[in-house]
Amino acid sequence: MPASAAPAGEALLEARAIELWRGEHHLLRRVSFRLNAGELLQVTGENGAGKTSLLRVVCGLLPAETGDILWRGVSILEGRDAYHRDVVYLAHLNALKLDLTADENLKAGAGLRRDTTRSEREAVLTALGVARCVDLPARVLSAGQRRRVAFARVLLSKAPLWILDEPTTNLDVHGVELIERLIRDHLEEGGSVLTAAHHGLLAGHPRARQLVLAG
Amino acid sequence: MSRVTDAPGLWPLASRVLGRELTLAGRHWDQVAQPLLFFVIVVTLFPLATSPDLAQLRQIAPGVVWVAAMLSSLLALESLFRPDVEDGTMEQWVLSEQPLAWMLLMKTAAHWLVSGLPLVILSPLLGTGLGVPVSAWPVLMASLALGTAALSVLGAIGAALTVGVRRGNVLLALLVLPLEVPVLIFGARAVSLGMTGEAVAGPLNLLAAILILAVSLGPMAMAAAIRIGVES
Amino acid sequence: MNWTWFHKFASPPHAYRLLGTLRPWLFWPAVVLMLWAVYNGLFVAPTDYQQGDSFRIMYVHVPSASLSLMVYSMMAIAAGIGIIWRMKLAHAVAAGCAVIGAWFTVLALVTGAIWGKPMWGAWWAWDPRLTSELILLFLYLGYMALRASYDDVQRADRASGILAVVGIVNVPIVKYSVQWWNSLHQGSSLSLTGSSAIDPSMLPPLLAMMVGFLLFFGAILCDRVRAEILTRERNAGWLSEAA
Repeated sequence: MPASAAPAGEALLEARAIELWRGEHHLLRRVSFRLNAGELLQVTGENGAGKTSLLRVVCGLLPAETGDILWRGVSILEGRDAYHRDVVYLAHLNALKLDLTADENLKAGAGLRRDTTRSEREAVLTALGVARCVDLPARVLSAGQRRRVAFARVLLSKAPLWILDEPTTNLDVHGVELIERLIRDHLEEGGSVLTAAHHGLLAGHPRARQLVLAG
Repeated sequence: MSRVTDAPGLWPLASRVLGRELTLAGRHWDQVAQPLLFFVIVVTLFPLATSPDLAQLRQIAPGVVWVAAMLSSLLALESLFRPDVEDGTMEQWVLSEQPLAWMLLMKTAAHWLVSGLPLVILSPLLGTGLGVPVSAWPVLMASLALGTAALSVLGAIGAALTVGVRRGNVLLALLVLPLEVPVLIFGARAVSLGMTGEAVAGPLNLLAAILILAVSLGPMAMAAAIRIGVES
Repeated sequence: MNWTWFHKFASPPHAYRLLGTLRPWLFWPAVVLMLWAVYNGLFVAPTDYQQGDSFRIMYVHVPSASLSLMVYSMMAIAAGIGIIWRMKLAHAVAAGCAVIGAWFTVLALVTGAIWGKPMWGAWWAWDPRLTSELILLFLYLGYMALRASYDDVQRADRASGILAVVGIVNVPIVKYSVQWWNSLHQGSSLSLTGSSAIDPSMLPPLLAMMVGFLLFFGAILCDRVRAEILTRERNAGWLSEAA
């Protein structure tokens, strides 16, 4: 059964008939969707339905068996660098070096895209409620704090498209509310979000849609 | 939303990667010291296994130092890319608009600075223990400097290829050692020619040529391999 | 340029059928040529004035040694094509080449050792050709080990393909370095081939044997690539239709 959620009009990000095999398992069957500026698309489905795989395919980390991903109308295989300039991916893994402080981690992580200043990094960490952790090595942070530091990298990227894999893992209720607020702000500024999440983020938001993977 | 295009250039990027790697190495100096210690111990084993006679040891000294250097370089390679793949850093590198091959080359350079260079500096000391005369120190160090750099690049290709495999350390040795045979031949030969006072320019030039070839083509292979490695 | 014919050729069902048709046209001429070469090489060609009858193992050693290198090059080229043009058939060819090439390398080493025994008085000498052949075997084994350690066929294809391409750049350097190494050490300078002049009547069987080996390789490669196609396409619809 093709899972699709496609409103009319020119899409910023479009996935066309994505097929993916993992070994003997036909994981993604003709998955298509479109995502416009200012929209949130939430991928849901049971464990093992292929949510993370779909996100990794859309990022360009995992090549699909067949199908196309288009960014601003151009296949991401052809315009890879332009696409990667515009997308930031928050994976299951936080991409933090445990021996570096939160600030050093952000400096190196966000620094792949652009130069950031110390005050800018502090401001973002403060917005995420982990101002205290700036100069602590990531090793001593709790799982929730690490997730927040990882999210700080998303904010610092200033990328229009956020691809977030379970952004609220390990976060408490306040943390979830915080992330929801940040996502809402990003949408209002005209950004787009593709996310995989167990529980509904931004339930009832007018520009939030769901894509259910049958598995 | 406007696009952000103020990405750092190649050299700022290089210094950023090198800086991060060296900071990390500095906070884990114990792990950095391990391959070096291994090198020293392996060299020490040879007199014990053969004979304490310096005249006899002098015969095998170039081979001993070079085989020990190869094995120690191999030992350090396992931790070159694997931690970055396991904690998700490498995914972010692949997804950045920056040239992956360049970043991997810089990472390899940092790796050589902490694993290859100390070995070069320490080599006269070990050479002395094996009867290498002081006159042959320059060629010993020069051959190891060129050779270990080439070993780092060749080894990094192997490390990148095996990073997607669960337990890759023995496999890494299988892939990398045959590729490193020419480096071993030219490196050890340069040292033994230097010890008898003959001209060493030939093998040293060949080592330099291998290094240049490895540095110019190797990073592309590393980048292609890392893209496969982060797929899982 | 129109590439449709190319993609049609490279499509699994078409390639599977084509290779099946091709195979007997390679296999039977190979058998005929090799039988002719065995008869002429063992019974017709004269005894070598220097090596006696032991030179006759050349008829197996030389073709297998030259094929071992040729198959490696072919494997690397196929792997390169597979990586650049994302062609599954090319990867299947590379995978098929590896096992056959490794066997030719083993054969070259074993026959070299057997030939070496009367020549050098030892089963093994660090002759430059044999040494490079040994390193070539290590390269084959590394390729096969890397391929086997990936669960996913497509990742295995690309990772081992990169190794094959790196390896083929390295092979001439290894050959040169080993020769250079050997020239500096005096000692086993007596080479298996090359030094003694070959009698004209020894040559036709050798050439026939080489062509025979080449055709035989082609036939075995057809089988292996077909087997690869079957494993890779086991879920595809055309197979049940073809069965």
